[in-house]
Amino acid sequence: MNVQTNNVSENNFEQCIKCTICTVYCPVVPVNPLYPGPKQAGPDGERLRLKKGVFFDEALKYCLNCKRCEVVCPSGVRVGDIIQSARLKYSKHKPSIRDMILASTDLVGSTATKMAPIVNPVVSSKPAKALMDGILKIDHRRTFPAYASETFEHWFRKKAAPLQSAFAKQVGYFHGCYVNYNYPKLGQDFVKIMNAVGYGVSLVDKEKCCGVALISNGMKKTAKKHAAHNTAAIAGLLGRCEAVLSTSSTCTLTIRDEYPHLLGTDNSAIRDGVLLAVKFLYSLVDRGEIRLVFRKDFSMTAAYHAPCHLEKLGWSIFSIGLLKMIPGLKLTVLDSNCCGIAGTYGFKKENYEVSQSIGQPLFEQIRSLSPDVVATDCETCKWQIEMSTGFKVMNPVSILAEALDVEATVEENKKAGR
Amino acid sequence: MRFDTVIIGGGLSGLVCGIKLQKVGKKCCIVSAGQSALHFSSGAFDILDRLPDGTSVRHPLEGMRHLPSTHPYSRIGQDRMKEYVSATTGFFADCGVPLCGNPLVNSYRLSPTGDFCPAWLSLSDFFLIDEPAVDPGARILIVNIFGYLDFNPAFIAAGLEKSGATCRIIAVKLDEMERLRSNPSEMRATNIAKVLDKDYVRSELVSAVSKELKGESAIIFPAVFGLESDSVISEIRNSFDTKVHFATTMPPSVPGIRTQRKLRKHFESIGGTYLLGDTVDRAELSDDNTVLSVGTVNFGDLKLTADDYVLATGSFFSKGLCASPEKITEPVFGLDVDYVADRKNWYDTDLFATQNYISFGVSVTDDFQAVKDGRPIRNLHAIGSVLGGYNALQEGSGAGTAIMTAFRVADIIIEKEEKR
Repeated sequence: MNVQTNNVSENNFEQCIKCTICTVYCPVVPVNPLYPGPKQAGPDGERLRLKKGVFFDEALKYCLNCKRCEVVCPSGVRVGDIIQSARLKYSKHKPSIRDMILASTDLVGSTATKMAPIVNPVVSSKPAKALMDGILKIDHRRTFPAYASETFEHWFRKKAAPLQSAFAKQVGYFHGCYVNYNYPKLGQDFVKIMNAVGYGVSLVDKEKCCGVALISNGMKKTAKKHAAHNTAAIAGLLGRCEAVLSTSSTCTLTIRDEYPHLLGTDNSAIRDGVLLAVKFLYSLVDRGEIRLVFRKDFSMTAAYHAPCHLEKLGWSIFSIGLLKMIPGLKLTVLDSNCCGIAGTYGFKKENYEVSQSIGQPLFEQIRSLSPDVVATDCETCKWQIEMSTGFKVMNPVSILAEALDVEATVEENKKAGR
Repeated sequence: MRFDTVIIGGGLSGLVCGIKLQKVGKKCCIVSAGQSALHFSSGAFDILDRLPDGTSVRHPLEGMRHLPSTHPYSRIGQDRMKEYVSATTGFFADCGVPLCGNPLVNSYRLSPTGDFCPAWLSLSDFFLIDEPAVDPGARILIVNIFGYLDFNPAFIAAGLEKSGATCRIIAVKLDEMERLRSNPSEMRATNIAKVLDKDYVRSELVSAVSKELKGESAIIFPAVFGLESDSVISEIRNSFDTKVHFATTMPPSVPGIRTQRKLRKHFESIGGTYLLGDTVDRAELSDDNTVLSVGTVNFGDLKLTADDYVLATGSFFSKGLCASPEKITEPVFGLDVDYVADRKNWYDTDLFATQNYISFGVSVTDDFQAVKDGRPIRNLHAIGSVLGGYNALQEGSGAGTAIMTAFRVADIIIEKEEKR
């Protein structure tokens, strides 16, 4: 038999039956006609690309990698993975200085936090925004997230680490760049909850950025280095912890699924041990292993937005479930829509309009509900929603921490011998 | 995670069953691996167009008397079928999905190729007629969107002209649509509908069509309106003094997707849990053939437990059934599957002949309890197209079976509770 070896794909495009359901749910297609759409860019194009790489279309860069196509595919085709792999494999586009700056969250973050009092006002000033727009093509209408003056790691080593060995049960924490450089408060909230329910927290040894921004900006080699380091470090931690948890849906998805699918990094030893904190906590409550006691005076209205990558993980039910346990919280679950930012995508000048049009239905629904806060598990969704609607956005973990009656929870879990 | 009922499969059958159970206070979870066949819906539901021998059926409840005893309708029984057939329109209306048609008599719908096909009930976007012909004096304007290829007005005109009607075809060019046209592979029903959901685009279309009208008695548009809400449908109807009809397009189906969304939204609004994009990949059974729990790809070690489980995973397309060269299997529970042993008899090389493989499905008892290794599983019922014993394509009975078996199994689960 004459087998065409070039027809064998690393991804499962052969499962595609051309039903077009993916294009129905792609958030880019309706707003950007330059994008060929997930079916064309994914399985259809893959068939041709396998014959010859010249069939690669640079317009694949318009894909947000939101993975909505994968969630709706009735045939289980990894449409988003096919598109992102093709970009990494065939794109001739070299990352610009702008792309490298946006992707190097570790380097930029560690420098910026040291000079936060200077960096924050400068970056948000009009002249700096104009410069960044003109030279770097980072859109001037975009609000940059503020940097913290002390990293989470620094705080943890000084304030929290010495107390953690007192707990019999242990979890690891993959804090991610956002918690470390921009918003250590979320990490502190996480430690507060875990300690209250009887778990000590350890950090991942010399944690590196999960690599999502490197992947989407075509910097595969650096991303692979990060993946190898994190995989080994997490494996070490899993030896003495029940799980390694994260408070970011995207970091979690990247480590669990993008490492093997896009970078070819074998993570089979750690994949099942890497979880979003809300899933771990929900499971503990569900199995009756912990109890959460909430403050009687807590009152809040919240609208919950499920980030695209959390929908792909299939775990928004845990964030929603935990939030619903808070008696003083009135929760509305927002319709399933992409906010449009997609990590570094929306920061790029050429994507700004598309990014904002994608998010429009979500923004309108938030405005019509006018909640006290919007709850979401993704840091870039937070930036996008705060910038575009003016509403305050909180991670469900922070809402839980704020609503938690820490003393009563500690007491309850000790009493029950939990 | 604990529920009263876990339903595997979130298409028409799974959703109808879930809604009926949730309505009486049963806590339901639907696990759906991707979107369902409603995305390709013609907009009409069939219940029984033809008998297995090819005789066409006018009165479905009469026709059912001639079906074999292993047919899902025969298992439900005449009395219950009568009750369910009469309850369908009201059930869907409660979910915000208005249907038209006489549930006791089959009518005819206009197909995308211009033929009149039998139909039982239809989404109210479309029209049903008693006889497969239109008024010979009718003058009809068929409107397409310029550049849209999944709707063929010439076929429709040819079909209507067979009954003596006069048709005129126009294609309207809209500025906003031209932007979409720069990407021809995405010039599809749903993307057009998203553009037409904007008020100013719709009014541009209405005024363009109004100018073209030359005393026609009816206008036919492709069904590319109202992805989010069917208020757009009535708005378009009210914009003309002439009668306005919509005709089915090639997939994806805008009315079908709207229906899926409405059913899911209704299910969630009455407290149901719908997990999209997750796959049940294992089940734990006790020695006495009772399902103890199921596990999913996304949930990992967190199991879903329930009193009852419903299998609504569909047929081959959605992997409810899997065919290999030697055998046909059911992947979640490894249930017994009824099929003919000799592979040569699975299919007919004449594509349009009756294809036997379509009537293969999981073995069930008369109460739709699924059977594994010859023994019924006490708390697992199967509904919809994962069932065998009927040929949805040949009989024209796909949606009907999905809805009727969903009603029946929901009732069985409710009755079980009452007995306890």
